[in-house]
Amino acid sequence: MQSGVFHTNYAKDMQLRPTWVMRARLIFLIILLVVLPFVANAYWLNLANQIMLFSITAVGLNLLVGFTGQISIGHAAFVALGAYTAALLSTRLNIPFPLDVPFAMIVAGAVGLIFGLPSARLKGLYLAIATLAAQEIVLWFLKHLDLFVPNVGESISLVPTWAHEQFLANRARADFNYYWVILFFLTLVVIFSVNLVRSRVGRAFVAVRDQDIAAQVIGIDVNRTKLIAFMISSMIAGLSGALVAHYRGIVNWERFTVDTSIAVLSMLIIGGLGRVSGSIYGAIFVTVLPALLTQFGLLFRDILPDVNRVIPYVQQGAFGIAIIFFLIKEPEGIAKMWKDVKDYFKLWPFSY
Amino acid sequence: MENFIQLTISGIASGAILALVALGFVLIFKSSDVINFAQGELLMVGGYMTYVMLAWFGLPWFIGVPIAIILSAAIGVAIEQGILRHMIGEPIISVIMVTVGVSTLLRAILGLVFGNAPLAFPDFIPNYPVSIMGARVGVDKLWAIALSLLLFGVLTIFFRRSSEGIAMRAVADDQQAAMSMGISIKKVWAVAWAIAGMTAAVGGTLLAAIIGGVGLDIAHLGLIVFPVVILGGLDSIPGAIVGGIIVGLLQSYAGGYLPPSLGLAEVAPFIVLVLILLVKPYGLFGTTRIERV
Repeated sequence: MQSGVFHTNYAKDMQLRPTWVMRARLIFLIILLVVLPFVANAYWLNLANQIMLFSITAVGLNLLVGFTGQISIGHAAFVALGAYTAALLSTRLNIPFPLDVPFAMIVAGAVGLIFGLPSARLKGLYLAIATLAAQEIVLWFLKHLDLFVPNVGESISLVPTWAHEQFLANRARADFNYYWVILFFLTLVVIFSVNLVRSRVGRAFVAVRDQDIAAQVIGIDVNRTKLIAFMISSMIAGLSGALVAHYRGIVNWERFTVDTSIAVLSMLIIGGLGRVSGSIYGAIFVTVLPALLTQFGLLFRDILPDVNRVIPYVQQGAFGIAIIFFLIKEPEGIAKMWKDVKDYFKLWPFSY
Repeated sequence: MENFIQLTISGIASGAILALVALGFVLIFKSSDVINFAQGELLMVGGYMTYVMLAWFGLPWFIGVPIAIILSAAIGVAIEQGILRHMIGEPIISVIMVTVGVSTLLRAILGLVFGNAPLAFPDFIPNYPVSIMGARVGVDKLWAIALSLLLFGVLTIFFRRSSEGIAMRAVADDQQAAMSMGISIKKVWAVAWAIAGMTAAVGGTLLAAIIGGVGLDIAHLGLIVFPVVILGGLDSIPGAIVGGIIVGLLQSYAGGYLPPSLGLAEVAPFIVLVLILLVKPYGLFGTTRIERV
């Protein structure tokens, strides 16, 4: 029974995982992530990749919304920019896969910076609406891309990279290979974000979120901080877009509408705003919930003939109810629930 | 010239409908600082309510439409009482997201009941063409303009003369002062949502009557409300009306004069929105807010 965590030097105080329980959990998680692709079938592997791709976007958006307090309802636009940049670079200029990722991030980050500029003058609601407009404008640009780039058409198909090579196991190859690629980038993004938010820049983010005028008074360049947040989170969105483009092998603007932006925002809300882990919990919840509902609905295929017609609406309704439920009952999201569970076991058999 | 008149009248007609939706949006924002992302869905609910009354129950329009309007107002109040009442004092992002949740839920319920395909709307508003200065214009558009104007007039009298209307203006002006004068803020919020449901029902019915069908895509109008309210000012009722008509005209001209392959009619309002935000963030008629620590 421990009475608390006490540190005797600064090195220990700055550790991300100071106790052996935390380290044990991390090792367990790593084992789980390594074993998963060898046991999961193609369907669940595809779902895991989808979760990780959404996690990358959500962790990036969390830096902007959860830590800096700047609401963006147009984040799918930056994912789209990353995806289109990667697709065009690899189909037109034949740049091989990992090398086009930085360019996708730069393009998304630059456009994010431009649409972040209004944040110097606008706050809260007005900024949210400005990002919504940004989403519509970027989407219009991508819909009419053939005005700017010859012979693009409705969607771009990519030459598959690493989709047919067989590395370790004889499984669904594109899913299996990209699992490791996406996991690698997600790990990078998570390590980057966790360390960013406890750096000088990250603390400036939180200061701007909590009270921007007070932040300015203590010497933080508020506009610069907001722009940094916009740029970093758009770059991460661009990264996720480039991965989506190569993993799916086809890029189409229909995947990046306002609905997608809202889905990512709801992941933050459901998982827990202002916590890096929360974004991942949210991505898991929002992606797994419809999949489970589909599996559950298919059990009744024989009894109810029109179950296939009903499932999409049930998924949509469950999504809406989940958002409302979490906002009313647990505004701090799954991350808070998980913390409550951990605290319960840590203190058991006492209540506090 | 004929083309111009035609485009102008259809622009004003769709602008008047937009203004109706924006009016409900502004009322909710003024009285409770809630940005309502479900405004387009309220419009859709209104359209479907009228459809149910006229097509399923076979009621004549002068009975069916008022019932649909009252039911939509009741749905507005139910959303406020059941969900937004819990969100008082929560951060902006939470309030935005809860209305997003409501909009998703409403779309799911309507999709479940009515299916994905648009349904033919019973035409109770005459739509034969009439000739105005040489241009042929559907009379249903003129009806839409006239009915919207009538509703604006009724609401203006409501805000100026009735005690509920005056209470709403007082709450919008200063919530604490209004509370200490004995005005029930909860009642004001309920009335604001009821009016928002009502105007959305009228707008949805008019829109469905002009299109000739009611479908889930009506809800997309909920996004075009944002350029309207930013243009007019988030907290200005005259701004909502002027902004609605400007955006309606803009879309109509952009669709009529510019090559349709550009699809500028859908994006033009958002470009205007960004420009307005950069030049005059509080809109044409909005109040500038001064923030203190």
